[in-house]
Amino acid sequence: MEIKVDVQKCTGCNICKSVCMYDAIEIVDRKALINENCIFCSACIESCKYDAIEISGMETVLKDFSDYKGVCVYLETYDNKIIDVGFELLSTAEMLADKLNVSLSAVLVCSDEPGNLNEIFNFRLNKLYLVKSHVFENNLDDVFAKALVQVINRYKPEIFLAGATMFGRTLIPKVAAIIKTGLTADCTALSVDDDKKILLQTRPTFGGNILATIVTKNSRPQMATVRPHVMEIKTGKIKIDEKNGSESNPSVNQKDRIEYVQFDQSKFKTKYKLINIEKETEEKINLNDYDVIVSGGRGLGGSEKFAMLKELAGLLGGVVGASRAAVDANWISYPHQVGQTGKTVNPKVYIAVGISGAIQHLAGMQTSDIVIAINKDPSAPIFKVANYGIVGDMFDIVPKLISRIKSSK
Amino acid sequence: MRYLLTDEQKMIIEICKKIVDERIIPVRAEYDEKMIFPADIIKEIGRSDLFRLFIPEKYGGMGTGIFEVCLATEELSRGDLSVATTYAASGLGFIPIILMGSEEQKEKYLPVLASGEKLAAFGLTESDAGSDVGAIRTTAVKDGDFYILNGTKQWITNGGEADIYTIFAKTAPDKGARGVSAFIVEKGTDGFEFGKKEDKLGIRASATRELVFNDCKIPKENMISREGSGFITVMKTFDESRPAVGAQAVGVAQAALEEALNYSKIRSQFGAPISSFQAIQHMLADMATSVEAARSLVYYTAQVIDSGAKDVSRLSAMSKLFASDMAMKVTIDAVQILGGYGFMKDYPVEKMMRDAKITQIYEGTNQIQRNIIALDLIKKGFI
Amino acid sequence: MIEKLKIIVCIKQVPGIMEIKINPETNTLIREGIENIINPFDTYAIEEGVSLKEKLTASEGGSLDVEVIALSMGPPHSEAILREAISLGIDNAILLSDRAFAGSDTWATSYTLSKAIKKIEGWKIIILGKQTLDGDTGQVGPELAQILNIPFIGYASKITEISSNKMIIKRLMEDRYETFEIRLPAAISVGKDINIPRVPSLRGKMKSKSIVIPVWGIDQIDMDEKECGLNGSYTQVIKIFSPEHKYEVKMVHGTPDEQVNEIYSKLKELSII
Repeated sequence: MEIKVDVQKCTGCNICKSVCMYDAIEIVDRKALINENCIFCSACIESCKYDAIEISGMETVLKDFSDYKGVCVYLETYDNKIIDVGFELLSTAEMLADKLNVSLSAVLVCSDEPGNLNEIFNFRLNKLYLVKSHVFENNLDDVFAKALVQVINRYKPEIFLAGATMFGRTLIPKVAAIIKTGLTADCTALSVDDDKKILLQTRPTFGGNILATIVTKNSRPQMATVRPHVMEIKTGKIKIDEKNGSESNPSVNQKDRIEYVQFDQSKFKTKYKLINIEKETEEKINLNDYDVIVSGGRGLGGSEKFAMLKELAGLLGGVVGASRAAVDANWISYPHQVGQTGKTVNPKVYIAVGISGAIQHLAGMQTSDIVIAINKDPSAPIFKVANYGIVGDMFDIVPKLISRIKSSK
Repeated sequence: MRYLLTDEQKMIIEICKKIVDERIIPVRAEYDEKMIFPADIIKEIGRSDLFRLFIPEKYGGMGTGIFEVCLATEELSRGDLSVATTYAASGLGFIPIILMGSEEQKEKYLPVLASGEKLAAFGLTESDAGSDVGAIRTTAVKDGDFYILNGTKQWITNGGEADIYTIFAKTAPDKGARGVSAFIVEKGTDGFEFGKKEDKLGIRASATRELVFNDCKIPKENMISREGSGFITVMKTFDESRPAVGAQAVGVAQAALEEALNYSKIRSQFGAPISSFQAIQHMLADMATSVEAARSLVYYTAQVIDSGAKDVSRLSAMSKLFASDMAMKVTIDAVQILGGYGFMKDYPVEKMMRDAKITQIYEGTNQIQRNIIALDLIKKGFI
Repeated sequence: MIEKLKIIVCIKQVPGIMEIKINPETNTLIREGIENIINPFDTYAIEEGVSLKEKLTASEGGSLDVEVIALSMGPPHSEAILREAISLGIDNAILLSDRAFAGSDTWATSYTLSKAIKKIEGWKIIILGKQTLDGDTGQVGPELAQILNIPFIGYASKITEISSNKMIIKRLMEDRYETFEIRLPAAISVGKDINIPRVPSLRGKMKSKSIVIPVWGIDQIDMDEKECGLNGSYTQVIKIFSPEHKYEVKMVHGTPDEQVNEIYSKLKELSII
C-alpha cells in the first residue's frame, strides 16, 4: 500500500503541501514528493485539482455484512437515570435509521431500571435491550463491555452509537477491540452515504480546524461516539403508522418493545475492585448550566483581571469561563476551562475576552449560538467563529459595557 | 550571545531557562510580596543536578567549574534573584568545605549537597562585623573533644532553611582576624536556634535569618582545617564566589533590559512607539552595552579561576563590583523607561530594581571590593 | 532474588498545533514553522513513570529492579521525543518505526504497540497520556489494554498506593472521584492533574544525547503487512476539509462607546439583558 504522485499530472502548484499537516510533502524540481511522514489522511488527494495523487495497493475485498442490520444506541445511565447524551444520540439515530429504512434499537446496562426509562419511547424505538443485574451496580468497564459485546453479537446492528462521556471513552473502545471493529470518537456529524449505505462519521482533528470524514470499511458494526451537548435533542416524534393511518398506541407497544437480555452471570467477573466513590466537593461549576458564558484568556494578564468578567457575567445571569492559557497560569481554576482539554459548551451567548482563539479553545465553544469576541489583535483566530467582533482594548470595552448595563437598570 | 559554549553548557542554560519560564516567573511576584521561600523551585533545581555544578565528581558533582555555576546563576537570576541567591548562597555555604575541608568532611557533606537534598549557608556577618571580619564576636571555646559556640550571626541567607552551616567564630579572640576558625554546624544541634525571618527591601523570597548560638556543642571534627585559618577560608571562598554574584547581577540586569526593550516597542506616545525616540534608544544602547561588558568580565574571571590561576582576588573583585554597579543602574533605567508602569507592582521591573541593590552590598560591599582592587594594584601592579 | 519490573510509557510526537494561526485572507492554516513536539499529556505520563520507579525503589528497592522504558510508534523523527523522555529520567527507549505502520487508525496502533510490548519481558505497568493533540480520541489506551487483557484505568488523577503486584488509583470522572484497586499488570492513562512534570536534569540531557535507541520495524515484532498501517485499520479517512464557519463575522467598528452600545443592543435583543 503506498501513496504516489503522478508526475505527469502534477504541476508543482504547492496546494497539497500547504494542506499537509504532517510535513510529508516537499516540492522538488516543481513536482510534489511525498515522504515517510505521510499518514494517509488523504487531505492532499482531496485538495489536488489535477487528481495527481493516489493511494494504491489497498485491500479491496469487501466482506458480506448483510446480516448486520439496524441502528443501535447505548444509553448510559448515572444515578439511576438515562443521561442526556442518550437522548441526543436517539435523535440522530432515529434520523439514520429512517434514511437507511432499518430498525432503531437501544441498549441499557444497569442494576435497576432507570427512572426516566419511558422518555425513550418518544422516539420511534423498535426495541430496547435491557441487560439488568446487580453486577452492573457500578460503572466497571470490563463487565459492561462484556454485556454490550453480547448484545451486539446477538442482535448484530450495522451501526452502534454511544456517548463519549468519560466512562464511554473507556468502555466503547474496549467493546470495539473485543469485537474487532472500527470506532470513530467524538463525531460532530453523522450521516449516511446513499449509494453505499454506510455511515459517514465526521469528526474534528487538529483541535477542530480540520474535519475528517471517516468510514468503517471492512467490519461491523460501524461504531461511533458523540460528545455530550454536541448534537441536539430533537424532541422525539412518535412515528405515525402510515399504513393504518393512525398513531401507534404507545403504552401497549412499550412493554412489547423491551427485551430482557439473559446471560450467564458467572462469566461476568470484574478485574476492578471499587474501593470508594467521593463526590467532588470542589466548586461545582457546571458551565453547561448557563445561557451566558463570559470567558477570559491570556490577554487578561492576571487573576485579578477576572473580576471584571465575573461582574459582567453576573449582570448577564451567566458564569465565567476561561481558556487553557488562563487556567495554566493559575488565574482561575480548572472547572472554568473551556476547550478540548476542558469543557465543551454551547451557550446562547459566549463572550470571549482576550482570547486568541487557539484551535483547542474553539473546539470547546464554536457551537455556541452567538459568539462575541473582544481582542486587540485583528488577526486573532477567534474572530473566525465570532458573530460579532470588536477589535479593541478589553480593559476599556468591558468596564464600559458593565456601566452601560448597570445604568439602564 | 551564547556563541562559544559547549553542548553541556548549553544544556545547563536550557534547563535553567525551563525552570525560569515554567516554575519561577508564574510565582515570583507572589513569593516576593508574601516572602514565601521557594522550596519547590529549589527542589526542582536540585533534581536537575544544578547543585552538582559546584562539586567535584568524586563527591557526586559534575566536575564542572565556576564558569558553569555562573551560567546557571545568571539564567536563574533572569527569573528571580531570590531563587538565584538561595542557590548561590548554598554554594557559598559549602565552598569552604570543598576548598579547605578534610576528606571525611567532604565525603560526609558534599553528596547530600550535590543532590540538592540539603542546602547550606554561610554564617559570617554579625551586627558589629560586616566588612570588618576581624570584629566578629562569636566564640568557639575548646572543651575536650568539642567546641562550644556562643554568639549571634545576623542576616544569614538560607538561615532556617539550610541544614548545613559554615560558621566563623573566634577561637582566639585576642588575635583579631587571625583568631577566626571555621566550623560546620548542622541544623538541629542543641543550642543552635534561629531568629525571625527578616523583612527586606529586595530578594524577599530568599530566607534571611539570625543564627543564635547558646552553648552550642559541636564535635571537634567539625572544624574546617586548623584553628586560625578562618580568615583565609573566607577570602578564598569569596575569590571563587564573587563572579557568581556578578552573574546574579548580569542576570537581573538582562531581565530588566528585556522588559524595557519589549515595553518600548509596544508603548506608543505621540503616535509612535517610544523605541523610536532617540532618548530611549540611547538608554537602551547604554544598558545593553554595559550588560554585555559585565557579562564578559564575569565569564572571563570565571574562566581564569577555573584554569587554576592562583592570584585571582583583584579580577574577582572587579567582576563583582562592575556587574553589581551596572545592574543597579540598568534596573533603575528600566523602571524609568517603563515610566509610571515601571513604578507599579503589576510590572516586574520595580522588583528587579529592589533586588539588584543587594548585589552591591553582600559578599563584600562594593567599597570593600574597591579596597581590594586598589591595594592589590598598588602592591602588585601589572605583571 | 531481584525481581525485574518494567514500566512502559507510550508516547507520541505530534505537530505543535497550539501555535497554529489562520491566514486571514485565505482562511487556511499556516502550517509553516509548526514544530513537532511531544504530546503534552505524554509528559505527565513520563513523569508518572519516573515517579513510580522512585516510589517502588524507595519501598522495595532491595528486591525490585525497576526500569522505565519509553515506547513510541511513529516516523523516524519521533526519535527526538524519546531522547527528551530520557532527559526526564526514563531509563531506555524504543522507537517503533516502519513504513508499513503509516496510516494506522487507533486499532492498528494499539495492535502494533501490543506486539512490541509483548517483546519486552517483565512489563507490569503501561502508562499513556489520556489523549493526543492531533487525534484526541483517547482510544489507544483502552484498546491496547483490551488486547493485552489487562485492566485499564483512564483519567487517573492519583496513584495512592503502588507495589510490585497492585495499584490503588483514584480517577476523576465528571463530578466524582472513584478509587480502584487493580492487580498488575495493568494500564493507566493520565492527564494534567496527576503530577507536575519535572524539568530535565543535566545528567539526563547528557544521557539523552549519547544513548542508542533501537528501532523496531515490522520484522522485529513479528507482524504481517496486512495487520498494520492502513491495511490493518478498520477505519479510514475518506475526506478532509475545513469547517465552514456558520456565521458571517460582523466586525463592530467605531469608538469604544459605539462598540459597547452595539453589543448592548444585541444582548438586549437576545433578551439576555
